[in-house]
Amino acid sequence: MTDTIAEHASADLTAGTPLVAMSGVGKAYGAIRALEGVDLTVRAGEVTCVLGDNGAGKSTLIKIMSGLHPHSEGTLTVDGKEVRFGSPRESLDRGIATVYQDLAVVSLMEVWRNFFLGSELRKGRFPLAPLDIPRMREIADTELKKMGIHVKDINQPIGTLSGGQRQCVAIARAVYFGARVLILDEPTAALGVKQSGVVLKYTAAARDAGLGVVFITHNPHHAYMVGDHFIILKLGRRVLDRTRAEVSLEELTGEMAGGQELAELSHELQR
Amino acid sequence: MSTPVATQSPPTPSSPDGPVRVQRSLGARVLGRPEIGAFAAAVVIFVFFFVIAPPFRTVEALSTVLYSASTIGIVALGVALLMIGGEFDLSSGVAVTTSALASAMLSYQLSLNVWVGVIVSLVISLAIGALNGWLLVKTKLPSFLITLSTFFVLQGVNLGVTKLVTGTVATTNIDQLDGFDSAKAIFAGDIPLGFMTVKASVVWWLVFVAVASWILLRTRTGNWIFAVGGNQDSARAVGVPVAKVKIGLFMGVAFMAWFLGQHLLLNFSTVQAGLGVGNELIYIVAAVVGGALLTGGFGSAIGAAIGAFIFGMTTQGIVYAGWDPNWFKTFLGVMLLLAVLVNLYVKNSASKRT
Repeated sequence: MTDTIAEHASADLTAGTPLVAMSGVGKAYGAIRALEGVDLTVRAGEVTCVLGDNGAGKSTLIKIMSGLHPHSEGTLTVDGKEVRFGSPRESLDRGIATVYQDLAVVSLMEVWRNFFLGSELRKGRFPLAPLDIPRMREIADTELKKMGIHVKDINQPIGTLSGGQRQCVAIARAVYFGARVLILDEPTAALGVKQSGVVLKYTAAARDAGLGVVFITHNPHHAYMVGDHFIILKLGRRVLDRTRAEVSLEELTGEMAGGQELAELSHELQR
Repeated sequence: MSTPVATQSPPTPSSPDGPVRVQRSLGARVLGRPEIGAFAAAVVIFVFFFVIAPPFRTVEALSTVLYSASTIGIVALGVALLMIGGEFDLSSGVAVTTSALASAMLSYQLSLNVWVGVIVSLVISLAIGALNGWLLVKTKLPSFLITLSTFFVLQGVNLGVTKLVTGTVATTNIDQLDGFDSAKAIFAGDIPLGFMTVKASVVWWLVFVAVASWILLRTRTGNWIFAVGGNQDSARAVGVPVAKVKIGLFMGVAFMAWFLGQHLLLNFSTVQAGLGVGNELIYIVAAVVGGALLTGGFGSAIGAAIGAFIFGMTTQGIVYAGWDPNWFKTFLGVMLLLAVLVNLYVKNSASKRT
């Protein structure tokens, strides 16, 4: 599994190199400030976990990195160059791939069509050039097989796969197409324990292959299993920024659960 | 919250029996095709009229049925692609008339070659389609509202402009103009096939179906159409140019509407300004009966053709059987309901886990 990911990962990735750096990044939607003053560095071969409750600004953060919404303040640098993404295509071209929790795949389309969506192989470069269907089928089939993802039939609609399998196909696709930074948006949120395990294992494999991984979640247990660096967002601001050595799971869980607020609440509700 | 994290090791994804891949059964694959329901219905309806209406059994009747189907099927094809792309168009019926009127009036009033009208009306039609698509992409309003507006605007323009220019609600006969014969041969000629003669529109229709089917299943554009209709946000996130695909699809419908408009004009040499109202729904029904989902992401070009063929058979079959043609609309309604139920079943079984 790890071998296959390493095969496709860019050769120039050395663990620890900063790939994406955000400095004082903020985003305002009209009068609402969804995010402000966030500093974050994604390094090759590391998993950066972004934790936070609903509405903490996690989605806004990914949308900025993946090019769905441009940031309105601060700087975003990719490989040392300052950028401001106008579309997901620009972000993808820089090697940043995002796997979304709910919109990772088009469920009525076949597995292989999903695998190649947006990067189809064609037998020519002219408009309406025919697709190279046999090759796409074969590549998708071998890649998934090598990565240990069980698909009964590569031609079945992807909606017939389980949630975990769909996530894995989406991750495999991003890695296959040379992603250097992988953003995973709540990959385990809708999954059972077993399925989450598969996805987490995959995340670790991508990290070991030298990719920079951004793991967005509200589950500190899942984050702690794979994370190297933890950032907690609350109401659009960064409230915690520690490396794995500096924080324990208990602290992370406590902070996520509300920390001081929770202590007050439990005091109030004491019977 | 007390889960012992350290011991919660992720299970290995590879089971001992290894990755065994099997084809889904033939039955499952056939039942997963969008056009299967329409195909079954077409066979039943064909047999039905064949048995009860003796005149239906002749080759001439088949030719008439095919012609009737082609006049529905050409635009229904564009509409089906648009619906697979997740949108629909209520202005397609009157857009057909707009194209015919523009072509006729331009050629006649300026005494130009018919071909000039044909080309200029193509530009006008494509502009209307592009405007529909552009408004949709810019405003993000439902296509229902955008194209309903276009429908009313065009309906008014068709009658208003025709009356201003000609003083009546029909265009003047154009069959004496230069280029009429060659244009008629292309758009509305008779094509002998040996055993029967068909209208050129039938041949064009089948060519369009083949091209559309190929685009849908064998090109990147087709992949994008399915993706945009199936899950727009997901498609955008992997780099599919959603806006371009949608505008392109509206222009595709406009192209088909232009073609049918030219066919009608050249076939009858004149065109009524009030024509086409209500046809947009017939096109949509043909696409839906052919397996296109109203919500997008599923359907086929062949399905839309079968849908149109069903309606071609029924409009003519009712006449051959000697019934009151007014029953056609009732039949249309029943077919639509049945088709929607079949589509719902197909969609559910296609996205059911196996």
